[in-house]
Order: sequence, then structure tokens, then C-alpha cells
Amino acid sequence: MELQKKIESALPGAEVTVEDLTGGGDHFRAEIVSDRFEGLSRIQQHKLVYDVFGDEIGGAIHALSIKTSCP
Amino acid sequence: MTNDEIRSFIENAIKENKVMLFMKGVPNQPACGFSARTAGALNALGVQYAALDILPDPRIREELSGLSGWPTIPQLFVDGELVGGSDIVIEMFESGELAELLGAEPPEQPFEPEPQPEPVQRGIGLENRLD
Repeated sequence: MELQKKIESALPGAEVTVEDLTGGGDHFRAEIVSDRFEGLSRIQQHKLVYDVFGDEIGGAIHALSIKTSCP
Repeated sequence: MTNDEIRSFIENAIKENKVMLFMKGVPNQPACGFSARTAGALNALGVQYAALDILPDPRIREELSGLSGWPTIPQLFVDGELVGGSDIVIEMFESGELAELLGAEPPEQPFEPEPQPEPVQRGIGLENRLD
């Protein structure tokens, strides 16, 4: 899936699971396990993921639910 | 209102309210499942909070996201600091961190918000209510 590839290439080594919640291609849930999150607050972790998509959030991607954790 | 006026209104709201929630709709009538869950978590803790509906003017969202660097709605601020959107708030609710942050009693039961249908077919521009 395109979303998953984008996250994986932005956060190398991350374990990424993406689910299309509605099948419509605009509501997603992503679970990301990455050592890049180590030492970051949740806000900072989620921002790292949002930054991958920039303006697409709220545009083409209507909703992206994120769960981040460290390995 | 000019964009600057909207921005300073938002800044003041964040400064003057210990717990400030920016959401789609209002707590009694949320207009989005994510906003509903976030307001629901605050309601479940019984804390007082201020809420602002971002839908009446698209510039509210633009200025808010410009200010916070956070692209999505809802956004919860506590003591002037961005705590997060719905994913973070629900995670913190379930772990008891939100109760601790807000000085509330931890929830006795796990939070199970009623599922809210998402307005799936509508693009972002059509979400703003015209009334």
C-alpha cells in the first residue's frame, strides 16, 4: 500500500501496518513501531508521521489514526 | 474577522482555559467521530473544559494548525500546551495519564465510546456547515 511504503521510506527500519478503515482510500489507521520514536513524546512521534504526508492530511487523506511505539 | 483576529482569539482561548478543546461540532453534538471520542474522554473524567467548534469558518482550522503545527482536528490543549489529537488523548485516557494530567479521578471502567459514523463521502471543503 502506498501509505505504508511512504512511512517505511521516511522511517527506515520501521514496522508499519496500515489499515484502510472504510475501503474508500481516505480513512486509514496506521500502527508504526520504530526506534526513531525513542525518547520522543507522543506529540513528537505523531508529528514525525504527519510530516511524511504534509498537506495530504485533511486533503486526500481525510483521516489518519496513528498508534506509535518503540520496538 | 481578519485572520490575525482569528489567530489571537485562538491564542487567548488556549491561554485562558486550562483545558481547551478544538473540535468539529460541540461536545453535546460532535460532528466527527474523532472529536466525539475526545470530548467523550474528557466528559468521562468529569473535568471542566472549554470547547471551540472549528467548523463555522475554515480559517479557524488553518490558523489553529499554523499555530500548533498539528494538522488534524481535534486538538486538546492543557495549560497552554498541545497534548494531542484523538489517538493520543484516548491512549492517555486508557493508561490513566490523562486523569493524572488533569488532576481527575482515574476512570473506573475502560472507555468504550459509542461508535460514530464518519462522513465518509464528503471532501474536506464540504464539511463546513453553512448555517
